[in-house]
Amino acid sequence: MSYLKPKFRHPNLPTNALGYTVADYEGSISTLCAGCGHDSISSAIINACFQSSLEPHKIAKLSGIGCSSKMPTYFLGKSHGFNSVHGRMPSVATGASLANRGLTYIGISGDGDTASIGMGQFVHLIRRNVNMTYIVANNGCYGLTKGQDSATADLGSVSKYGAVNPFDGIDLASLAMLQGAGFVGRSFSGDKEQLEPLIRAAMSHQGFAFIDVVSPCVTFNNHQGSTKSYAETRENLDAMPLDFVPMREEITTQYDPGTTQGVTLHDGSVIHLHKASHEYRTNDRTAALNAVQMATQEGRILTGLLFLDPNSQNLNQNLNIASKPLNELGKNELCPGSRVLNSINEGLR
Amino acid sequence: MKQIAGINDFVVKFANVNGTGSASANHLFAKSIFRMGIPVSPRNIFPSNIQGLPTWYEVRVSSKGYLGRRGGVDLMVCVNPQSMEKDVASVEPGGYFLFDNTKPLAPHLKRDDITYFGVPLTQMCMREYDTPRLQQLLKNVVYVGVLAALLDIEFPILKNLLNDQFKGKEKLISSNVHALEMGYQYATENFQCPLPIRLESGGNVAPHILESEHILMNGNTAVALGAIYGGATVAAWYPITPSTSVVDAFAKYAERMRIDPGTGKKNFAIVQAEDELAAIGMVIGAGWNGARAFTATSGPGLSLMSEFLGLAYFAELPAVLIDVQRSGPSTGMPTRSQQSDILAAAYASHGDTKHVLLFPATPRECFDMTVQAFDLAEQLQTPIIMMSDLDLGMNDWMSPPLEWDDDYQMQRGKVLDADGLEEAKDWGRYVDVDGDGICYRTLPGAHPDRGSYFTRGSSKNERAIYSESGDDYVQNVDRLVRKFETAKSYVPAPKTHPPIKVKKPKTKLNLGAVFFGTSASPAYEAVETLAEMGYGIDTMRIRAFPFHESLDQFIADHDRVFVIEQNRDGQMRQLIMNECQIAPSQLTSVLNYSGTPITARSIVRQILEALEAKSADVVSLHPETA
Repeated sequence: MSYLKPKFRHPNLPTNALGYTVADYEGSISTLCAGCGHDSISSAIINACFQSSLEPHKIAKLSGIGCSSKMPTYFLGKSHGFNSVHGRMPSVATGASLANRGLTYIGISGDGDTASIGMGQFVHLIRRNVNMTYIVANNGCYGLTKGQDSATADLGSVSKYGAVNPFDGIDLASLAMLQGAGFVGRSFSGDKEQLEPLIRAAMSHQGFAFIDVVSPCVTFNNHQGSTKSYAETRENLDAMPLDFVPMREEITTQYDPGTTQGVTLHDGSVIHLHKASHEYRTNDRTAALNAVQMATQEGRILTGLLFLDPNSQNLNQNLNIASKPLNELGKNELCPGSRVLNSINEGLR
Repeated sequence: MKQIAGINDFVVKFANVNGTGSASANHLFAKSIFRMGIPVSPRNIFPSNIQGLPTWYEVRVSSKGYLGRRGGVDLMVCVNPQSMEKDVASVEPGGYFLFDNTKPLAPHLKRDDITYFGVPLTQMCMREYDTPRLQQLLKNVVYVGVLAALLDIEFPILKNLLNDQFKGKEKLISSNVHALEMGYQYATENFQCPLPIRLESGGNVAPHILESEHILMNGNTAVALGAIYGGATVAAWYPITPSTSVVDAFAKYAERMRIDPGTGKKNFAIVQAEDELAAIGMVIGAGWNGARAFTATSGPGLSLMSEFLGLAYFAELPAVLIDVQRSGPSTGMPTRSQQSDILAAAYASHGDTKHVLLFPATPRECFDMTVQAFDLAEQLQTPIIMMSDLDLGMNDWMSPPLEWDDDYQMQRGKVLDADGLEEAKDWGRYVDVDGDGICYRTLPGAHPDRGSYFTRGSSKNERAIYSESGDDYVQNVDRLVRKFETAKSYVPAPKTHPPIKVKKPKTKLNLGAVFFGTSASPAYEAVETLAEMGYGIDTMRIRAFPFHESLDQFIADHDRVFVIEQNRDGQMRQLIMNECQIAPSQLTSVLNYSGTPITARSIVRQILEALEAKSADVVSLHPETA
């Protein structure tokens, strides 16, 4: 493949509310394998940010280590990015979010980066409700080290080398719900109709938003016997579609009464959830966990917005941290001065 | 029997049971001496335990202002039967032993070369107080009363201290004062007071101390204040002895001084992380985003932070790490002091890494250097590790008062904001425009379409683009060496003192001594003692790594240089050998790694032994320090 990305763009590319074209949200050309599910996620992020008219430079993208964590290079070239160490992006994101609450944070991780080496930090990130969107590109295997099973590989899934996985896979979406995440979604990299609005909704949510994206590894985990191949995922997908209408847009689409359910986010945006074949209540954590469990037992992959609490309090709110970003505070706000220090000295005599 | 005598020069040690409130009574004792204007240095020697194990508190009184440990005990106050045998044995011949004689002293604990003072502490308190808690707590205050009589502590000072401590709680004040008086009265009625060792306000105290306005504070509190004054806004940490009180104190001061008056919201964030890996990650994330951030930890935490320190070194991100060292390796002795993380900190992480280290020796320096650490971290765009230790961090030290220059401006280093990016032609994150190895960084959100880049630990070219080219890699890591060279002119220079005149020199050798941190106080004392004995030794106190060029010169100028430090392997000696290309034979280690701070006597003995001096010259040594 070519590593040179053409600079030419159609002169009449549509612009969003800020006057940006989709090209303003793109990154460098991907060096992932051709057909990698992760590239579809990158593309969904680009479209989501374009459609939501986010200022590219007000977004910060962070990642850990692995194929997934290379992704931030391939989208949002005008945003700062931070490729941290393996499994420890959550802590970097936490510090970044405390230092500047004025940016929108996207964390990109993988199943190895989150469910194994980064499990501790992931759980504590949820617990603290750091205001960010956290996407796991979940392919059930370690790509960069050539296809070992990851901790999300399903029980019984067959590796490229023929070994049957003897362990139960960790379901990150259920874990996130159990640990109190305010926004939990699951999607499939091949379902951009669902993934894009899900990412837009996640970025509008004022708190920790988790999306587990099944993203097949074309090189090491796309064969017969793998439960995370394109074919197997498509076959078992149980998708709950949704639309996202940002705060400043009018709701123009008409839905038949009784077929959709609207949820308003803190910033005024509305998520329209289309009912799937069964009743589903997005605001009921226990019911959501139950539904995911039932689907798994039936060999189905339930995708969509699994749980949402639009009113959860994020870390900066919980700690009662100043509205002005901490990184903008200067000497006057931070340094108590010599008079105060002299009185402290006095107390130490 | 010849009794030890002297005014304002002695060592008192308390043997207590931990968790019984003794530390606060012992602190009352030490602080009263401080309030009398007499140099005093208290040290809590405590177990890693909540309640019930032996604990000691050593108070050194020194008219000359020596604040390090001397070695040996002149007066032992023993209220813990568990350790009595060892405590009796540790008293210097001619010394004194004060004990609770509610139960009679076992015959085998009788020595004929020390003086015993039995006080029925338990009996008195059982009689006077009705609850077990009061009986236990006030027993400690009673012996302070006894000491007030034996050593001539000014009683009104003790009363004032109790007033300060229990402000507004009249009942507590009166019960404590009563306990003090009870002890005082018992001593005056039963013993010859005062003892030949005693206190005298003014007395023979060194003039420079009499005239100063010293404060008494611990290093961890001073670090916390340094973080407040240095403009730290994000603190992320994981509890670990002996660093915990750094963030505790930061929280206390921040709640007082960093609340926005208009909104009541916090101009700071403190996160107790899930572990040290996360703590340093948060600090690095905040630093990447342009906030001043720090963590405080100890040896095991430093090990866990090593991976991230490598990333921050290579990605060039500011971070401040306070390492309050304790005895390692592993859990080691978590409540005992050492200077044993030197090499682990200097070369923390995999690959070729070197970190800037600061070595404070006093609370005042803890304050100043913490402020400076935040400046250095942003100027040099790299982690700064401040090497404190338990002795400095958790014990009260007499220190010159903290000073603040209201004209201080935070040094934020080379950061391009939106205007800077407009002006800068052809900006690249790792382009060494100024030739000092320090490049211009940008913060997220600064400019709509300039200055964004992908921060990474992987190799990159000057424009921060991923690159596996050997040339790009070499160019980058060589520039980091250049930056480390630049750091030499930014960090605090070493302190030297004019050599002490020796009347009848016993050696023709040109001798020098190098030390740092808490080894400095006993080292200066040892050097003065050795000068009186005929050995003149020049001194250099190291205050930072990378080393100043004057260190090379100092070593070159001397025939033999002693490196005084508190670890087994002579880690500072190794670092000097490695970084300054010094032959091992030029540097002689003087060490202590028992967990209790090094004593002046031990330094004297080791140097004399090294010089093959006659044994008669050796100061009598207590077994503990021998």
